[in-house]
Amino acid sequence: MLEAILVLAGLAIVFGLLLGFAAIRFKVEGDPVVDQIDAILPQTQCGQCTYAGCRPYAEAIANGEADINQCPPGGEQVILELADLLDREPKPLSEEHGVEKETKTVVVIDEEVCIGCTLCIQACPVDAILGAAKQMHTVIAEECTGCDLCIPPCPVDCIHIVPVEETLETWTWPYPADESQDESDQEPVEGANHA
Amino acid sequence: MKEYALILVSTILVNNFVLVKFLGLCPFMGVSRKLETATGMALATTFVLTLSSVLSYLVSSYLLVPFGLEYLDIIAFILVIAGVVQLTEMIVHKVSPLLYQVLGIFLPLITTNCAVLGVALLNIQKENTFIESFLYGFGASIGFSLVLILFAAMRERINVADVPAPFKGAAIALITAGLMSMAFMGFSGLVQG
Repeated sequence: MLEAILVLAGLAIVFGLLLGFAAIRFKVEGDPVVDQIDAILPQTQCGQCTYAGCRPYAEAIANGEADINQCPPGGEQVILELADLLDREPKPLSEEHGVEKETKTVVVIDEEVCIGCTLCIQACPVDAILGAAKQMHTVIAEECTGCDLCIPPCPVDCIHIVPVEETLETWTWPYPADESQDESDQEPVEGANHA
Repeated sequence: MKEYALILVSTILVNNFVLVKFLGLCPFMGVSRKLETATGMALATTFVLTLSSVLSYLVSSYLLVPFGLEYLDIIAFILVIAGVVQLTEMIVHKVSPLLYQVLGIFLPLITTNCAVLGVALLNIQKENTFIESFLYGFGASIGFSLVLILFAAMRERINVADVPAPFKGAAIALITAGLMSMAFMGFSGLVQG
């Protein structure tokens, strides 16, 4: 019994040491800039920046192919953080990629009108729409990022944008907009925490 | 020398692990969509299978048998295989990040490729020597690679072929695999064992 435990523990220790050594020996230098940019982006995967998602956009920024002002869901906040991270001049949101929303919105499906075509399900980048063919669909409000990508494919126009009402649970102090811009030089992380 | 050659022929063609013994079907169906990924997977599996076959032989004959712990062989082999796969993953990640991304989840899943554990256990069952278990593992992985690459090449062709609608996708792939398996059964009798 004791032998069995010792033999297996010994084996596990030997392999553990071997793997620990290999982890150092074969350490992969990832591209930390891409990871950092990706962490700032809002992860809506909406594609409004013309890239396939937030990660490809982050890679494009890191390669210098894309500008930092192409993310409408992130808006000014993200542009400021990106400018700070990459040491570039902040610039206003590029108009051809969309406008920043004043308030957070989600979409709702008018279930009376929905014909169950599943087109909006295919368009949704975050799988927030629930439904099956010829069954009415519905939007999971907590998952919806408000990217509105599901609206153009809908053949019967049954998807509507509604603002998210502020409740006691979701209310927060408004961000001091001008201050954060000044502070961002010294404390870049500050804004990221609030976001 | 002759029996070594026989082991190779036997494991590659006659007792092919995928098509005759039906082990390792998950990566066989999972990563055979594209020839490129299939080749990468074949290389990674060859490395893991050969190394784990040899290592599990060593573990078995120098640790388990002297202490009379043969009943622990499965758990010990799983430990060995998991370690080797982890090592392979690190090396692939370092050497070829593209292949690492393409293989994705299937790389760590070599751990659960039953052909790998199957080879280790069959080595014990057949009472293979060190060189025999090396050749057995190597032959098994070459056989695995052979059918995986052949199958991937066929699936690429089938993708553009005019397949009747009900048979599209996985259905025709399974039929192809069945036909391949029958073809490989034709090798039986070439070598005994």
